[in-house]
Amino acid sequence: MSVVDQKAVELPPRISEAGVADYFALLKPRVMSLVIFTALVGLMIAPGHIHPVLGFIAILCIAVGAGASDALNMALEGDIDVLMSRTANRPIPRGRITRGEAMGFGLTLSFFSVMTLGALVNWYAGGLLAFTIFFYVVIYTMGLKRRTAQNIVIGGAAGALPPVVAWAAATGSLSVEPLLLFLIIFFWTPPHFWALALFRSDDYARAGVPMLPVVAGPDATRLQILLYTIVLVAIAAAPWPLGYFDWIYGVTSLILGAGMLVLAIEVYRHRTGSQALRATRRLFAFSILYLFALFAVLLLDVVAKAVAPLIW
Amino acid sequence: MDSNHKPDGDRIVLTEAQKKRRRERSIAIACALGVLVLLFFAVTFIKGPGVLVRPV
Repeated sequence: MSVVDQKAVELPPRISEAGVADYFALLKPRVMSLVIFTALVGLMIAPGHIHPVLGFIAILCIAVGAGASDALNMALEGDIDVLMSRTANRPIPRGRITRGEAMGFGLTLSFFSVMTLGALVNWYAGGLLAFTIFFYVVIYTMGLKRRTAQNIVIGGAAGALPPVVAWAAATGSLSVEPLLLFLIIFFWTPPHFWALALFRSDDYARAGVPMLPVVAGPDATRLQILLYTIVLVAIAAAPWPLGYFDWIYGVTSLILGAGMLVLAIEVYRHRTGSQALRATRRLFAFSILYLFALFAVLLLDVVAKAVAPLIW
Repeated sequence: MDSNHKPDGDRIVLTEAQKKRRRERSIAIACALGVLVLLFFAVTFIKGPGVLVRPV
């Protein structure tokens, strides 16, 4: 037996010191909060009535399913997370949790979230949640992320599905409105993540992740951000003239869209120095506010319509 | 990863930190299972006792 083999035999089994907070961090709570919010909007704007307890269960299952897919993502990306400053503090790179433990945690939560949503709400929504987790973990994390610069474009579909799942939970079917919400998040994802990738490109290059700024360069990325932002603003406003959402939403989407466009043009114009860095950071921050505000208007509209008859 | 637990013969003696973390994890799992039971129980009041009986 070699020295290495002897050491392997003599090492005591690893005993985990991971706490509840470490496991909670695996769920990416900040990302989860946006998932919960967009799913809540999908649930609230759906026609008909869903019992509040079933609605709560649907949102809970979608949130846990999203968290589970993030845990699986971290389990599969532990080797590159340790190389990037943005992700080096996650539980796996810090050595708090092993990749195997994260994998087991993610698979368990995936199973329970899908089965609970299917059994208690409906299997259509449960199936869509299972597909969302599969898409994020297998198609995006295992398939696209390390292979193509289009990783977050295609992978963005997973992040765009929560309101669709919520709509399916409320109605047991699909229609145009949830697909519009899907398209808004889908086209929002590239400008949002490429803005982040622009000021974190060294991180991605070090980890060997082929993000667009690493592969095609920052200038090509700036052009793509601008083009995707133009498409995003048009798609986000389209539901108003098409008659799916009313004028309050339409006007808000145009005002917010103008803000996104101005910031995307700034990113395109300023290519070096502190001005360029400031422009990308501002676009990244505003894009979060943009999506939140757009969905908040839809939510407020539903609440206002429900409350108005009680007041007048 | 801190693995400062010491083998005691064939047995492993956990450190106080490891015992504390294990207890925390056990309580969290118990709470999660409790919530799951309560959710299923609550839904029997909404949908009736045949909640899981439905056409395929």
